[in-house]
Amino acid sequence: MRIPPKYTQMIAVAVLAGATLATLAVLLFIIGYVLNKGLPVVSFQFLFSNPEDMGRAGGIFPTLVGSVLLPLLAIAIAMPLGVGTAVYLTEYTRETRATKVIRFGTDCLAGIPSIIFGLFGFIFFVVMLQFGWSLLSGGLTLAIMILPTIIRTSEEAIRAVPHSYREVSFSLGATRWETVMKVVLPNALPGIVTGVMLGIGRCISETAAVIFTAGLALRLPRSVFDSTRTMAVHFYTLAREGISNENAYGTAAVLIIAVLLTNLAAYWLMHRFIARRTK
Amino acid sequence: MSAAKENVITVSNLDLWYGAFQALISVNMAVEKQKITALIGPSGCGKSTLLRVLNRMNDLIPGVKITGEVLLEGRNIYAPGVDVCALRANVGMVFQRPNPFPLSVWDNVAFGLKVAGQNSRAQVEEIVERSLRGAWLWDNVKDKLDHSALELPLDQQQRLCVARLLAVEPEVILMDEPCSALDPIATAKIEELMLELVKQYTIVIVTHNMQQAARISNYSGYMLLGEMIEFDETSRIFTSPKDKRTDDYISGRYG
Repeated sequence: MRIPPKYTQMIAVAVLAGATLATLAVLLFIIGYVLNKGLPVVSFQFLFSNPEDMGRAGGIFPTLVGSVLLPLLAIAIAMPLGVGTAVYLTEYTRETRATKVIRFGTDCLAGIPSIIFGLFGFIFFVVMLQFGWSLLSGGLTLAIMILPTIIRTSEEAIRAVPHSYREVSFSLGATRWETVMKVVLPNALPGIVTGVMLGIGRCISETAAVIFTAGLALRLPRSVFDSTRTMAVHFYTLAREGISNENAYGTAAVLIIAVLLTNLAAYWLMHRFIARRTK
Repeated sequence: MSAAKENVITVSNLDLWYGAFQALISVNMAVEKQKITALIGPSGCGKSTLLRVLNRMNDLIPGVKITGEVLLEGRNIYAPGVDVCALRANVGMVFQRPNPFPLSVWDNVAFGLKVAGQNSRAQVEEIVERSLRGAWLWDNVKDKLDHSALELPLDQQQRLCVARLLAVEPEVILMDEPCSALDPIATAKIEELMLELVKQYTIVIVTHNMQQAARISNYSGYMLLGEMIEFDETSRIFTSPKDKRTDDYISGRYG
């Protein structure tokens, strides 16, 4: 028996709306649950004092610092490499077998579990290059991990810049490099920033690759060769070792809020940038 | 023709291939200084391709092969060691669709100056104003130089593209169907502007509009399937063409 179109339409709306609502509900439930459990612990004291007794008491200040420094270092390494690769692939080469292999390679790299990157970082940066468990080893490892994301999102963003912009730029006597710097990258920037934000998000929430390469030190790092602990790793350690569930949730709450704030800041910056360019 | 005639561009025996397809076949053409030369012909006849040969925009397309000679003031622009960027600044282009950058009016006109490394604020200000006046746009935009160029009406956008080009002080201006996106009133305005510009610049225009070619150009070339069928003074092309195919086309019997 055939269902009348009127009803299939209604069913479709109900199913699709249901899917959307379910997704939203899960998201809100997770955030609400963590904030509900964690926020009571969070205070100025909690944010800005050192942990005591392995994190059973005291605050999370060093891990807060670690969670800022490590992604920053990773982005500082991965962004020039990633954007540079994307520019090279889109603007300086024609589609050949070699570029297809490179693209396939980056896609494969994107699918590798982070623990593998952690293991590689441990063997290569920590042991072979003798950087030890350190900000540097962690930053380099995370940089490699997020490189594919940055390359692919930048590539898409650069491809989306209308060809006519490039044509005009060339027709006015600009070189390829000037065209890239003055026309292509400014117009691709919102997309590139999105990729970078995704990368930062992955760095902030990463645990496996960080434990292996940046270590677990609860001190404030004094240089890039010092070990550090991020909030995500701190949270993992507190919960996994059964040290303090309250403080684990407190850390998780701060982590969620930090990610939200970073995203908000990025959107704000991006909109300001776009508004300034085309007032 | 008079002996004082001075050619800026001379194209001789030009062949061009896109891969295995030959788009231009042994084309010859001379572009006289400070005159308007129009290229007419049906779609796909190679007139836009020929236009893009003149400032080497075809270089950007993979698989293009060119033989023959294109002399700009006596120098072959396809000779090795030619500075293509300098050539393109000297032989500027206005495109079919108005294509301002998504920047302010000011930044659009100043773009070429920034590329050329002109940093003196006073100089840039002077050139931007002069270029906008030159394109008859100054009175329209002088109070909104910081507005987005995309807010302007289409015909003003197209004149902005002309101003952007004038700022880099070219000698030759190539126009690829510059009015095809515009209504008749805006078209008339651009045509008037061209008649003013030609006092200082040499203009080559590709157009589908034969009345336009007849109205404004001094010389016309009729192209068909990659060949230059006939090239002569416009008055002669439109009144007494030598080739039957030209006659068919201009009298609407083509095809």
